Amino acid sequence: MSSQTATQVQTRTATLAWRPRVIALLGPLTVAAGIAWAILQPWRLTLLHPHGQGFWFLVVEPPLLVVIAGVAFHTLVARTLLRDLEES
Amino acid sequence: MQPPAEHVHWMFATGFLLLSLFLFAEAIVGEEVWRRRAWRAYLWPSFAFLMGVLMWPVMTFFTNSTIHMVAHGAWAQVMMLAGGAELGIVRGKLQSPLWRLATPFAFVVSGLAFLLHEQNPWLFQRSAFLHHFLGWTLLVGAVFPLARAVRPSWAVAQAGFALVFAVAAVALYCDRDLAPVFGHLSPLAGEPHR
Repeated sequence: MSSQTATQVQTRTATLAWRPRVIALLGPLTVAAGIAWAILQPWRLTLLHPHGQGFWFLVVEPPLLVVIAGVAFHTLVARTLLRDLEES
Repeated sequence: MQPPAEHVHWMFATGFLLLSLFLFAEAIVGEEVWRRRAWRAYLWPSFAFLMGVLMWPVMTFFTNSTIHMVAHGAWAQVMMLAGGAELGIVRGKLQSPLWRLATPFAFVVSGLAFLLHEQNPWLFQRSAFLHHFLGWTLLVGAVFPLARAVRPSWAVAQAGFALVFAVAAVALYCDRDLAPVFGHLSPLAGEPHR
């Protein structure tokens, strides 16, 4: 009896196994990039030195926007996508 | 109460970052899994369309010369065209494969708009550098949506398409109203604001 079919299925499963991991990492990596940016350029994070800052400089802070984008992607898109990927 | 122009660039940068995340995810899981939920199939085209709509108030309130206004108007139109065409394709209303060329067309028009409305050299100041950089990025990057139009399931084209938006997001986050670039700031540009 040949086991070739089973081997092929196993190989295909192993080849595609990286996909859920990458999807699960996209959001957290984006968040990490935002945090790293805030550490490297703390002056872009006006919450750390709010005195004398205008409304928009306190509301729109690029490193925070990157973090928010990462969190939003992970919670709103990646989770359901991972579920669908598992079912497939 | 209007935000300064640089803040508007940062907000659009966030939009492009989200677009790139959606497209990366679609490239990774493939079209079949991505479209398993209807809302996800419409996600990035409607997001691109919305960004095109939001570009109109930017054109109206944040441009200080005719050439800037024309460039922002061109971006608004082609973003709406690309988003609308992709929505039509996903919905099945647009059958002709030629509609897939709307997105590479939008890239080319956007790139040209960047390059044509920037009249200063690369190192004049940061925004001049970013205009040149974004213009060439979009012009060269148009090869990815073009490849995607020809071979929609080609993961390399999809990933490259997503990467162009990620690069555009980084460039827009770097934008300031008036700032040096790599230590260069023309005396003609004026004093940095911050």
